[in-house]
Amino acid sequence: MDTLNILIMGFISIVIVNNLVFTKFLGICPYLGVSGRIDMAFGMGMAVTFVVTLSGTLTWMIDHWVLMKLGLEVTRYVCFILVIAGAVQLVEMYVRKFFPSLYESFGIFLPLITTNCAILGLCLFINLWEIDNLLEAVVLSFGAGIGFTMAICIMAGIRENLNLADVPDCLKGAPITLITAGILALAFMGFAGMIR
Amino acid sequence: MANDTKVAAGLYKQTLLAGLWRENPVFRLLLGMCPTLAVTAAVKPALTMGLSVIFVLLCSNIVVSLMRNLLKPHLRILMFTLTIATFVTIADLFLKAFTPVMSETLGPYVPLIIVNCIIICRAEACASKNNLIVSIIDALGMGVGFTLTLCVLAGIRELLSTGEIFEVPVMPDAFVPWVAMSMPVGAFITLGLLLGLVNIISKKKRKT
Repeated sequence: MDTLNILIMGFISIVIVNNLVFTKFLGICPYLGVSGRIDMAFGMGMAVTFVVTLSGTLTWMIDHWVLMKLGLEVTRYVCFILVIAGAVQLVEMYVRKFFPSLYESFGIFLPLITTNCAILGLCLFINLWEIDNLLEAVVLSFGAGIGFTMAICIMAGIRENLNLADVPDCLKGAPITLITAGILALAFMGFAGMIR
Repeated sequence: MANDTKVAAGLYKQTLLAGLWRENPVFRLLLGMCPTLAVTAAVKPALTMGLSVIFVLLCSNIVVSLMRNLLKPHLRILMFTLTIATFVTIADLFLKAFTPVMSETLGPYVPLIIVNCIIICRAEACASKNNLIVSIIDALGMGVGFTLTLCVLAGIRELLSTGEIFEVPVMPDAFVPWVAMSMPVGAFITLGLLLGLVNIISKKKRKT
């Protein structure tokens, strides 16, 4: 029961309280880039969720079972980025072979995920928070992906309406998106301190 | 021959200046947003971050430029990433050894330089196509442009959130600190308004 409690708390905390986009500024590039339409945003969010769950789990395993045993922590970053690049490649091949229609809708997003800071950032945060339980690492990675999807979908919804608004010329495009994100971050700040 | 040197010198100057304003990585290309927003709560960490990025950018541009003729197209990005990851590890260990407090403040944002789009973008767009000297100058221009932008943003945020710059109080006593400026909200909104300002300035410039 206690473990379950920790898992649920961890999940809620990473989705809402410590949302990667609004409190850690991770994954801002795709956040600004593909939040124009809601279906694309959702596709991107799903792709990120999948890759982040996979690579969060894999990097935790490699970190704890290989690098720490052998005292090779110095090579951590190089290993992490290799795992992420490999995971993205693997997912891309798998999806292309078995779900061609899904692959079509992901399009260019899949390879772009390699340089999404949210993925590497989450792997590093799991390492920083000293999560020593595989299950917890999996739940946190999955939650991070869900949090990212939520953030990018909210933004896409707002931006679709923003197209109809009368925005000053100089603020059109990225600036107004950033300001909107700021106001959203303000809203999410209300959750701060709810869970550790 | 003299003419060649002149042309080359002009090209170098142009490359150097491009990073500072015309192709400023943050304001113009919208690259490297994560560190830009995350480490600019105060000037000191922003400056440290900027210097680390200059170091990594310079080293990776040099290495990529030297091995540009050996690269296979499909393994290109992987090689870039591995080169960058190596230099980021060096920078991270250096910061941990000599400025442990700063290293703690920056936290995971130092290793996150690996996925900073500026560096991979410069490797792809400049270093893999140009010779060593152009690559070095380009790295310096882009790096300095990035650092200056970070410092401007951090300066505004630190001034408004604490009334200090470089931890030296500059505002009158009656100033009430805007705590929100040191939080994520402040980062997003300040950057948004700065981008708007840059748009206005460049539009005015084009008219004249």
